[in-house]
Amino acid sequence: MTLLLEQMLNGVQFGVMLFLLAAGLTLVFGVMGLINLAHSSLYMIGAFAAAWAGAHGWSFPLALLAGAGAAALTGIAIEVAVLKRLYQRDHMDQVLATFGMILFFNEAMAMLFGRQPLMATVPGFLSGSVEIIPGVPYPLYRLAIIAVGIAVAALLYVLISHTRAGMLVRAGATHRDMVRALGVDIGLLTTGVFALGAALAGLAGAMTGPLLSVQVGMGDRILITTFVVIVVGGIGSVRGALAGSMLVGMVDTLARAYLPGMLKTVMVATEADAIGAGLSSMAIFILMAAVLLIRPRGLFPAHG
Amino acid sequence: MILTRRAALAAAATLAAPATVRAQGAAIKIGMITTLSGPGGYLGADLRDAFQLAIDTGAFGATKIDLVVEDDGLKPAQAKQIANRFLKSDGIKLFTGVVFSNILEAVAPDILEEGAIYVSPNAGPSSLAGKNCHRNYFVISWQNDSLHESAGQNATTLGYKKMYLLAPNYPAGKDAVTGFKRFFKGEIAGESYTRLDQTDYAPEMAQIRAANPDAVFQFHPGGLGIAFLRQYQQAGLVGKIPMVLAAPSLDATTLAAVGDIALGMDVTSHWNTDLDNPANKTFVAAFTKKHNRVPTYYASQGYDTALAMASGLKGGPSGDAFRNALVKADFTSVRGKFSFGPNQHPIQDWYGLRVEKAADGKLALITRTKVLTNHGDAYAAQCNI
Repeated sequence: MTLLLEQMLNGVQFGVMLFLLAAGLTLVFGVMGLINLAHSSLYMIGAFAAAWAGAHGWSFPLALLAGAGAAALTGIAIEVAVLKRLYQRDHMDQVLATFGMILFFNEAMAMLFGRQPLMATVPGFLSGSVEIIPGVPYPLYRLAIIAVGIAVAALLYVLISHTRAGMLVRAGATHRDMVRALGVDIGLLTTGVFALGAALAGLAGAMTGPLLSVQVGMGDRILITTFVVIVVGGIGSVRGALAGSMLVGMVDTLARAYLPGMLKTVMVATEADAIGAGLSSMAIFILMAAVLLIRPRGLFPAHG
Repeated sequence: MILTRRAALAAAATLAAPATVRAQGAAIKIGMITTLSGPGGYLGADLRDAFQLAIDTGAFGATKIDLVVEDDGLKPAQAKQIANRFLKSDGIKLFTGVVFSNILEAVAPDILEEGAIYVSPNAGPSSLAGKNCHRNYFVISWQNDSLHESAGQNATTLGYKKMYLLAPNYPAGKDAVTGFKRFFKGEIAGESYTRLDQTDYAPEMAQIRAANPDAVFQFHPGGLGIAFLRQYQQAGLVGKIPMVLAAPSLDATTLAAVGDIALGMDVTSHWNTDLDNPANKTFVAAFTKKHNRVPTYYASQGYDTALAMASGLKGGPSGDAFRNALVKADFTSVRGKFSFGPNQHPIQDWYGLRVEKAADGKLALITRTKVLTNHGDAYAAQCNI
C-alpha cells in the first residue's frame, strides 16, 4: 500500500515536469498555430544554463532563474529571427525548420560544453528525504518539484483567466484575426507567449538537471511524451495540458511499476519481464489512442 | 536526360574512386559508426579520441589512416544508412566504432554481407557470438555476458545472498542479466527492465526499497548510470543497500560526475587505469595529457581496437589477408594478456575494483583482486568458423 502511494507520488512528480513543458508547447500551438519541435532544445538550454550557474557559485534559486531566463532569451531570439516567418506556413515546413533547430542547438551545446554529462547538484537545503508516508523516505527535492509545479499551474491560471494579457491570449487562440482587427499588437503578443513558454521549458530543464544528467540531446525523448500530453489534453488548452500531464505521468509510472509484476501472475517470469517492459513503454500511447477514440479533440479542446 | 547523365557520372565516380586510392597507395579508410549524441554520447567520443590517439602516436607505422567518423545518434536506422553509404559510395572495407548492441545487431549483417570486416571496440551481443559468429567479425572488448559474469562472480565472492537486478530492455541489457545470473550463486530478489532512453528511475527505486535485497546489480551505461546513481542517493539507498557493478555502470566519467555517492562500490572490469604494464602506462599518460580527463574503459578499448586493426593491416589492406593477420592477436593490449577465442571474442582476465579515495584525495577506481582468469564466453562452443 505504501509502495502504491509512493509510486503515485512519483507519477505526480513526473506529471508536474511534463506540465511545465506541455504548458508552453500547447500555448504556442494554440495562439500561433505553430508546431515547435525546438521546445526540447529550450528545455536543454535551461538545464545547461542552470548547471553552469550552479557550478559558478550561484545560489539555487538564482540558478533556476538563470535557466528560465536563458531559455526565455533564446526563445525570443528564435521567435523573432526564424519562427515569425513560419506562422503562415504549412505545419510540415514548421516541423522541418524547428527540427533543424534541434540539430543546431544540440551541436552548439556540444561545442560549448562538450559531450560529457554535466554536474548539477541538489542544493543542501533540499537534499535528503522526509517521511511523508510513514516508513517511506521520499526525496525532498522531488517534493519541491511538485510544489513548484503546483505554484506555476496556479500562476498560469490567474494569468490566463484573470488578466488582460491572458484574455488576449485566450482570444488569440480562438479568434486570431478578430484580435488583430481590434488593433492589438499581435507580434508583441506572440513574442510574449513564446517567451513565457520558453521560460517554463527552461525552468523544467533547470529543475530536472540535479535529478537526471545534464547532457546534449536530453530533451529529445521527453518531447515525444510532451506531444502525447498535449494531444491527450486537447491542443491549445492549458487546463488540458495539466490534466493530460497528470494522466500521462501517472499511467507511465504505474505501468512501469506494476505491469511486469501483474504479467508474472499469468505467464513465465522471463517472458513477463520482456513483455511487461515493452507494454509499459507503450502504455502512454495506448492511453492516447483510447482518448482519441472517445474524444477525438482531446479531453479539453480549446477551439470551439 | 540530365538526371540520368548525372546518375551515370556519379556511378562512374563511385566505381573509379577505390581504384584511384589504390593506385596512389593513399590512406586506408576506416569507417567508424559510433554514438556521439544523447546519454551515450561520451562513450563514442572516448572511443573515437583514443582511436585517433593511437593513429597520432604512430600505432599504424607508415600506413596512412583516414578515420571517417559518423554519429549514429543511438538510432539503428540511422546507423544502417551510414553503413550503406560507407560501403557503397565510400568503398570502405574496414569498420569499427559501434557502442550499443542494438545498433550493432542492425549494421553488422550489412557490413559482413558485403565482404567487409567489422572489429568491435565495445558491443559484443550474444546473438553474434554463438551460432551466428562470422569469420570477418571480431570483438576486442568482451562478449556482453562475460562483462556481467565477472560481476556475478564478484557478488558471489563478496558473499551477497539476495540480489536485485536492473538493466535496460535491449539486447545488451538481457545479456547482462543472463551473464550475471550464470555466475551468481544466490537468490534473485527481483528484476526490473528499464528503457534504454529512460533517465528517471523513481519507480525502480521504490521497488528496490520494497524488495530489500542484500545488494543491487544494475547495468546502466553512460549518462543513464549517472542519473541512476544520483537518484539512488536521493532515495536514501546509498549506504543502505550496496551495489555490485560491471564496468559500464561506473566508469571514470560517471565517477567524476557522481562523486562521493560511489565511494566503496564494487566494480568488475577487464581493464583499469592502474593496471601495471608498460603499454597501459604509456596510453593512460598520453590520453590524460591530450584530453585532460581520465580515460574510461571505452577509451582503452578504442585504443586496443586501433592496435588490433594495425596488426591486421600488416597482413593486407582488407579481406582475408587482413583477417588472417588480425586473428593472431599480435598486438600489445593495454589490459595485458589478450587472445581470441574460437568465436573471435577475447579471452582475458577480469578484475575486482573498488571506488576509493586515492593518495591525492580524488576518488578513483582501485584494482584489488582478480575475479576471473583466462575467461572466454559461454557462446564460443556454438561457433563454427
